[in-house]
Amino acid sequence: MTELETSDDGTERTPSAHETETEHEGDDRSLEDGSFGRFGGQYVPEALMPALEELEDAYRRYVLENEDGFMDEFRQRLRDFGGRPTPLQRADRLSERYDRDVYLKREDLVHGGAHKLNNALGQVLLAKYMGKERIIAETGAGQHGTATAMAAAHLDMPCEIYMGRTDVNRQRPNVFRMRINGAEVNPVDAGRGTLKEAISETMRDWSQTVEDTHYVIGSVVGPHPFPAMVRDFQSVISEEAREQCLEQIGSLPDSVLACAGGGSNTMGAFHHFTADESVSLYAVEAGGSSLEVDEDAGVAPNSATLSTGTEGVLHGARTHLLQDSHGQIMESHSVSAGLDYAGVGPELAHLVKTGRVTPVTVDDTAALEAFHCLSTEEGIIPALETAHAFGFLHEAAGRDDADEVLGDSVVVTVSGRGDKDLETVIEETEKRGLEAAPDLSVFASEGGLR
Amino acid sequence: MSDRIDAAFADGPAFVPYLAAGDPTYEASLEYVEALDRGGADVIELGLPFSEPIAEGPTIQEAVIRALEGGMTPERFFEFVEDLEVEAPLVCMTYYNLIYQFGEERGPRSFVERAAEVGLEGFVVPDLPAEEADPLREACDEFGLDLIFIVAPTTHGERLERMRERVSGYVYVQARLGTTGAREDVSDQTGTSLERLANWDVPKAVGFGIKTGEHAERIVAAGADGIIVGSALVDIVAEGHETGKSTAETAARLEVRARELAEGATRGANPENVPQPEQP
Repeated sequence: MTELETSDDGTERTPSAHETETEHEGDDRSLEDGSFGRFGGQYVPEALMPALEELEDAYRRYVLENEDGFMDEFRQRLRDFGGRPTPLQRADRLSERYDRDVYLKREDLVHGGAHKLNNALGQVLLAKYMGKERIIAETGAGQHGTATAMAAAHLDMPCEIYMGRTDVNRQRPNVFRMRINGAEVNPVDAGRGTLKEAISETMRDWSQTVEDTHYVIGSVVGPHPFPAMVRDFQSVISEEAREQCLEQIGSLPDSVLACAGGGSNTMGAFHHFTADESVSLYAVEAGGSSLEVDEDAGVAPNSATLSTGTEGVLHGARTHLLQDSHGQIMESHSVSAGLDYAGVGPELAHLVKTGRVTPVTVDDTAALEAFHCLSTEEGIIPALETAHAFGFLHEAAGRDDADEVLGDSVVVTVSGRGDKDLETVIEETEKRGLEAAPDLSVFASEGGLR
Repeated sequence: MSDRIDAAFADGPAFVPYLAAGDPTYEASLEYVEALDRGGADVIELGLPFSEPIAEGPTIQEAVIRALEGGMTPERFFEFVEDLEVEAPLVCMTYYNLIYQFGEERGPRSFVERAAEVGLEGFVVPDLPAEEADPLREACDEFGLDLIFIVAPTTHGERLERMRERVSGYVYVQARLGTTGAREDVSDQTGTSLERLANWDVPKAVGFGIKTGEHAERIVAAGADGIIVGSALVDIVAEGHETGKSTAETAARLEVRARELAEGATRGANPENVPQPEQP
């Protein structure tokens, strides 16, 4: 099931009284100081502020101005170590099935199996240029942790990864990969043991070790300059995709679909298309098991922050959050650990608010069905995060207004490959009795792949 | 600005204890805060629990979880303040999202207005650096409350000036990098940190890691105008909760520890106790 956030006539919904803004908070600030409209900022403990200033300075010099040839080295390493550029592949059977041209931006083919390496490599290299001696990072699904561990090993930096206990248990292959690459993996027991808790714990580590440690934030979230910097490292996705579209199909695509958790894949996939008004941009969020919220239980059964969240301040930025009416952060849910986060990048929140990006949701079951469809029909086993984007493609293509929503040519980012998710997929497929899936019961009865 | 906070620092070094409101229950917590008051608290920092306390170490994180599980909410917190019978002025310590979300319209004004109504005197907001603080500063000015900033060992240059321009009540001097938590020793960084703030016209209260009367004495002897103690007191609440002690027994232990800390601070202000430089 998917739902468009905008109403049928395309107008934005009217904000409730609680959503109206008082006075001038954030509204008069510019991109220069880390704000995206009213979103963004630097809401962190004082001890971290000098580190953010230092990072902002490094970001401007090395990333924006290519000082000491930083960006040249970054691009070379992305190519030689990371395997870029990734292909833009026409998906023949999906194109036939949905009666339009469907192109896949194959970030699953980046070294490590996900787009996450683009950012991890950029930040670890930047830390090296800054003279830092230690890398820390948080991870949800483990893809960012894996990418960071790989980048740290590649660039010879010691690395520690914080990961919620729940995620450690459901993403064991990535835990192994991090360890094998030499990183320490620190399980976090607080809360529900997912990404939110891992981020809080990494911030605590950073506030003690800030002088010699760089925190590689895994998405376009957190305090300035992280959202802009991570976007820049990830924007190679849309930079390549845009050029490839012009070369391969002779025009820009009509729509771009990308799954959205924290938003790094989304911002990476959208950035170089945001000025192209003819291209529709859809951020596909995890609808989980429901879009309803049990506020008393403190639980949102989804991770659809852009579609169902409200404005607030978390982990260093003002953005959209899943929170109760008091401002306490809710536990989120998605079958995909990589989307299971109660916040979202401030720039993405801004692009949604201004109407440039449309947030949509796909629930757990539809994502699993899309996972099997892509696996059996195209020979690509996608990450469960990615499967959400294909779930939306499937739903939207079946609608009366499909031509209007998707257009003739669609680019979907395959944000990562799904090897890490196989245990979850087997368990959840069996539980739901999905008819379109191959018979996985033999694995399920043996306790997954264990 | 709050005259009561000014007065609290006027007569010798101030002892500023912290507890999370509602930890582990509303009723017990009232008694614990009142015990600190009897034990000699000059200002009390009351924590309004937030689900993501990123500046706190494990001790206060757990206190926050206990309080939230006990049903603490911002409105309940204000009732808590109204129900307290204490002489010391009260400062609310919380994270910005709770301040921002309160009331019908987003922004800090409704929260500050309500805080003023129940008699709070100021705020400490660990995730609100001076750069983001103007809306809260303006609301505090409107209602006559103090906004206390935390100066970290890493705070230098223009950032110090920015804080100096916006701070009122007292400045919270973070004795070491990292999160809150009781330590076995006090940090050598304290003296250096205090020197940087020597010409600020607000009292300097030092926190992070202070556990005993002897720590308090040394911190004050190093030049602090006050000491802030959280985790060492929250530990007593936690232990009482875990070992099934009666509320009265835990309150009594808190009062004893508060007195020890307050007396330590007073000793530190006594010139005879200031360590003399070693003679060659």
